Amino acid sequence: MRLAQHMAIASDRVTATAIEATEFPDLSRAYRVSAVPKIVINDRVEFEGALPEPQFLEAVLRAVGDPAREN
Amino acid sequence: MPILQPRDEDAVRKEFQRIAGPVKLVVFSQELVAQDLCRQNEQLIKEVAALSDRISVEVLNPAVDRDRAAAYGIDQVPATVVEGARDYGVRFLGIPAGYEFSNLIDSIIAVSSGEAALTDDTKASLATLAGDVQIKVFSTPT
Repeated sequence: MRLAQHMAIASDRVTATAIEATEFPDLSRAYRVSAVPKIVINDRVEFEGALPEPQFLEAVLRAVGDPAREN
Repeated sequence: MPILQPRDEDAVRKEFQRIAGPVKLVVFSQELVAQDLCRQNEQLIKEVAALSDRISVEVLNPAVDRDRAAAYGIDQVPATVVEGARDYGVRFLGIPAGYEFSNLIDSIIAVSSGEAALTDDTKASLATLAGDVQIKVFSTPT
């Protein structure tokens, strides 16, 4: 959550929500959470485990559809 | 019974010396929906807020304060918004205990100054984002 919340602070376009998976079983099921941390960006890009800052940023850019980062 | 132990309080108080400006924790509770979780969340947030005179707490009920809930994009409880000079978009859904507790403390300090601890490259990329970004981070207490 740390990187996500700092990205939210850095950009007005970004919101970061930490979700306690066991307290929200329906949400966890809907997002197929089987391992934590699981990160879901714009319901479009997802990954499990902590990523270093540059790779996390790549995932964010991919989620907003930066064409240079598709695939 | 308090949730935070005296040892935790001492550690957090020390961290909170870095708070640079006012912080508001906006808590959304609705006991009809999740009584125990909402009460525990409120208690934890209030215990944390009591460790710095720069932190205030506002408790809202999304069924009553509908406009506020909608403005914050909150539709589940318990939820907590960590706000500094403005709303930066930092939210916690559920009780930020265990692993998320340190992130709660970190986010309070970060929003108090509005300064993100990111590299200049990352900040430059984020400044050119072409659309809105919603990041969900699922975790468990341990």
